[in-house]
Amino acid sequence: MKAKHQRLVLIGFALVALIAAGLLAAWALRNQANYFYLPEQMRADPPAIGQAVRLGGMVQQGSVRTLADGVTIAFTVTGQGAAAVPVRFAGIVPSLFEEGSGVVAEGSLQADGTFRADNLLAKHDENYVPRELEGMSQAQAARVAEQTTVGLE
Amino acid sequence: MIAELGLAALWLAAALAALQLVCGALAARTEGEGSEVALITRPAAVLQGALAAFSFAMLIWVFAITDLSVKLVATNSHAMKPMVFKIAGAWGNHEGSMLLWVTVMALAGGLIGFAERRLPERTMQATLAAQGFVALGFYAFLLLSSNPFERLPIPALEGMGLNPLLQDLGLAFNPHTLYFGYVGLWVAFSFAVGALITRQVTPDFARAMRPWVLGAWVFLTLGITAGSYWAYYELGWGGWWFWDPVENASLMPWLAATALLHSAGVLAARDALRAWTIMLGVVAFSMSMVGTFLVRSGILTSVHAFAVDPERGSFILILLAIYIGGALLLFALRAGTVAEGERFAPASREGALVFNNVMLSAILAIVLLGTLYPLLTEAFDVRVSVGPPYFNPVGAIFVVPMLLVMAVGPLLRWRHDSLSRIGREIALLAALVLASLMLISIVGEVALLPLLGLALAGVVAVGSVLPLRGRTLRRVPLVTWGMVIAHLGIAVALFGMASDSAFTRERLAALAPGQAAEVGPWRVVLNDVAPVAGANWTALQADLQASYQGGKSISLRPETRTFWAPSQATTESALATRWNGQLYAVIGEEADQGRWQIRLWWKPFVTMIWFGGMLIAFGGVLALIGRLSTDLKRRTVTRRAAARRAETRALLPEPAE
Repeated sequence: MKAKHQRLVLIGFALVALIAAGLLAAWALRNQANYFYLPEQMRADPPAIGQAVRLGGMVQQGSVRTLADGVTIAFTVTGQGAAAVPVRFAGIVPSLFEEGSGVVAEGSLQADGTFRADNLLAKHDENYVPRELEGMSQAQAARVAEQTTVGLE
Repeated sequence: MIAELGLAALWLAAALAALQLVCGALAARTEGEGSEVALITRPAAVLQGALAAFSFAMLIWVFAITDLSVKLVATNSHAMKPMVFKIAGAWGNHEGSMLLWVTVMALAGGLIGFAERRLPERTMQATLAAQGFVALGFYAFLLLSSNPFERLPIPALEGMGLNPLLQDLGLAFNPHTLYFGYVGLWVAFSFAVGALITRQVTPDFARAMRPWVLGAWVFLTLGITAGSYWAYYELGWGGWWFWDPVENASLMPWLAATALLHSAGVLAARDALRAWTIMLGVVAFSMSMVGTFLVRSGILTSVHAFAVDPERGSFILILLAIYIGGALLLFALRAGTVAEGERFAPASREGALVFNNVMLSAILAIVLLGTLYPLLTEAFDVRVSVGPPYFNPVGAIFVVPMLLVMAVGPLLRWRHDSLSRIGREIALLAALVLASLMLISIVGEVALLPLLGLALAGVVAVGSVLPLRGRTLRRVPLVTWGMVIAHLGIAVALFGMASDSAFTRERLAALAPGQAAEVGPWRVVLNDVAPVAGANWTALQADLQASYQGGKSISLRPETRTFWAPSQATTESALATRWNGQLYAVIGEEADQGRWQIRLWWKPFVTMIWFGGMLIAFGGVLALIGRLSTDLKRRTVTRRAAARRAETRALLPEPAE
């Protein structure tokens, strides 16, 4: 084999591997990406039961309660208008999780219509808002902005 | 005054970078050695390094004395902060870290300008011109859009503190180890551009570039390891890798640097893979730029990203386009004219290295696509997040063959070899894979990926020490030790990852004082929960007594902390480390009736992940020391030989021709 041929073989092998990786990635991304829902979207066009998705919205005032086992909390996430999704979460809530503030829940919709969260993302500090909350309605965005700029000028 | 001195030094350094670019480019165009502008380039590089370092020292000074008329100090520091965090605060923010970064780059440029003599002078001139070009972009970025020395019209009364999540000594150094890694890749890229311009893609070029790649790779490894541990204990979620874009931004340059390191090794030893090495140099540089862009532009809102400013984002994006586009264009124009290197058989060490290079590139592509996909869909108003369900299985398709070849590759000879020569070793490793797969699946129910991970960890561990067999250990060169230890580190880290995902036990309980919870072999009793106060925070602290299999009890004190200036809450986990794993405890909210939420994990051998990471970096350090000492020895020998020749010439009369 001449040096030139060897170079062509190498290029061919690398291209095949990269294209395979690209196709595989494209296929897997379509199937495995975790879609984001607002409460009204989840009501109007619910994801399949058990499919991993994210739900984002505001924690409704007065809706957070701890169940009898002491570790499961139940609360309602609201979006624009009347749409609301009940959420259950067994675990330790993020430090800045509170009523009336934004939250993103990772988990899946159950058959009874509640959303079972495996993980909650709340704002970590005044600079951080889960990126999904950025596109919320103006009033909500204003509220988030107000909460998230305390201490900054 | 001090701030102005720093700013002036920075402008001067930028001017010198421009001078370096012009002189280097002119000198590289002139054929032959004796060009006069060439004399300017090296001193310009050295002086540029000194000025940037001076500027950075001035920034530390204004932070140390908390000069609140400087905007950066006012927004990021506080008079009451401990001194060490005041100084760390100098680079714990966007502007300061960019300045540190540019300083390191300028110092690296000064060092190659001062010390690198192996390459043909024209290649060096082109290299320094490329270095000046890269540096110039970052000086422009600093001076035009993130000036660290900007004054406030009216001095602030008090500073606004440092993000308490970041008020942690580990983190004060963590991002910067990554940036040092990026800088090393930029230097490597400058060498690649220099070699490409003068078409001198030689083993000497690979030898000159290799220490920088090795150093970059060590820093990236350390940065990733430290970042992972930071996320593990600071976020309080019990995980050590979240496939967060910021984490991916550090992983991608690492993957590219790993490939580049090995391909530069082939080029240095065997003069093969010339164009390939240059290409990887360009890719590694591009990945470090993409990493910079992702982290610095604020395009990803995340805990790690501390700059949120679209103007900066577009500036970096333009720099990114100019550099990556320019580099790829140069590569496309010149790569065809780089002569082919030596040939090799598929079954040879080069063959194995090429295979793994391609696998690393494929993994890189997968991580890159997964990281950019959410940004792409967002343009079409579809919000998605991509996490472990994508990265783990898709990545594994390429990681598994790579690890198998990695176990065998070092046993192969250069240039031409046959698999039958190392048939015994291959049989041993194959038997090991099958035996461990069967054994583990009989013993316990383990998911496929952790199962593969455990089996491959054993194979890679055995394969990594096999090159030492039959050799006198004292006479094994340092660079070989480096390779063996780094490969062993991969095995150790893999074992930790697989063990963590296969055997972790989790327990979430609401405990009243006096009650106990069990997790794996541990029994944990909650004594009480009490408030405590620190320098700039208050906290609720749980007092836990944990005992392993009924043994002596250990005290654990997880906290939830509330900081002021700026106000913020964080979870401080508590860890009990044993040789065979870690108990991880977090305290949550108060539940009803005086009960507290306690979350516990027993994570067998999880510490191996970071121990393995440190082994990998240590292997890199050994290899670096080995390479540098060989280089120094070679320099001494050449110098002595030259001196001896001069002496002989002086003693003997000129021979008549």
